[in-house]
Amino acid sequence: MATQPLCVCEHCDAVYRRRALARREIARCLRCGAELYRDQRYDLNAMLALTLAALIVFVIANVYPIVRIEVQGVASEATLWGAIMATWNSGVGVVAALAAATVFFFPLGQIALFLHVLPALRRGRVPVHFSDAMHALRLVQPWSMVEVFLLGALVSVVKLAGLAEVIPGIGLWAFGILTLLLTTLTGFDLRRLWEIADGARR
Amino acid sequence: MSARGGVVEARDLGVLGCHACGLVSRDIGADHSHCPRCRASLHRREPASISRTWALLLAAALLYIPANLLPIMKTATLFDSHADTILSGVVVLWRSGSIDLAIIVFVASIVVPIFKIAVLALLLITAQRGSDWRRPERAKLYRMIEFIGHWSMLDVFVVALLAALVHFQSVARVDAGPGAMAFGAVVVLTMLASLSFDPRLTWDSPKAPRND
Repeated sequence: MATQPLCVCEHCDAVYRRRALARREIARCLRCGAELYRDQRYDLNAMLALTLAALIVFVIANVYPIVRIEVQGVASEATLWGAIMATWNSGVGVVAALAAATVFFFPLGQIALFLHVLPALRRGRVPVHFSDAMHALRLVQPWSMVEVFLLGALVSVVKLAGLAEVIPGIGLWAFGILTLLLTTLTGFDLRRLWEIADGARR
Repeated sequence: MSARGGVVEARDLGVLGCHACGLVSRDIGADHSHCPRCRASLHRREPASISRTWALLLAAALLYIPANLLPIMKTATLFDSHADTILSGVVVLWRSGSIDLAIIVFVASIVVPIFKIAVLALLLITAQRGSDWRRPERAKLYRMIEFIGHWSMLDVFVVALLAALVHFQSVARVDAGPGAMAFGAVVVLTMLASLSFDPRLTWDSPKAPRND
């Protein structure tokens, strides 16, 4: 593991000497309690597998309806893009843009950037535009809100349950799995990738 | 000026930690230095962090008013049509017996934004004064608002989905209302505000001026 000797707490500027961690250990700042670094054993292969799985599930989540309701024989279905178009047609374009960005474009960007960076690193090379991709990844991550959308979908299902026949669609399950996959990917410390790239440069 | 509570700061040691890639490099004393590894700009403290955060926070606080007063959802059926604000939506959920759901929506849409605005104001005021009041707790509060930040989008997504689902010609129809726009803006602005606040300021004290 090619790690540098020092580490600075992002949250309070305290300086520490790095040390090797035992399995699942987390190093925390003594002063402010923020996480400094953690033991992450899953390797590039595992991350790439997770990313590919996320891509497939992302497609499924967007193609299949999330919920279907039936009222007196009339049915209606909603997909993510259906919801985005419905807000657009309600005259609140900002909301449509916000939903499109946070549930579609940013998560897709996250997946695409990982797909760009991981295969090359896995082969021991530094990918082209590596630092741009890594900066973009760091900027995109806080704005990816798939998990909030999932909870929103569940709230909608319960809200409509009393008024109509509500059938959860494949899209809802896909969003559930996508949430798990993206949470795992986001939990990965991007600084580890910088260290791996450093190793590849040498 | 070195150790405070057994802790040495990067600033005292003459090094800079990179926020983007984690590299620790020597502080060459330039005003605009860049990380030698990833080229991100490095700062001992984020420049104008306090005024930028205040500006975003005040904008969020102002928009919080229309976000709560304007309807976020308009429902039209054969018999009547009415508009719901965030709070009236919570009341409807509560009355219909979904108490757990009412609590979730209430916490995500009303408690979280107020909490975020109040905490950020507290962090800004104490940081401006260089106060040493409950620093570890303030640090914990900052991490908390970073973590809960985007959950307030919940109601916006609910409205979007309901609008997509409920459109049965003339029988029943749900539309998103202008309140959803203000509300979405509040969420984005509070997130930007917490991102622009430099948490290191919580630990600085004005009584001990250092040579920056």
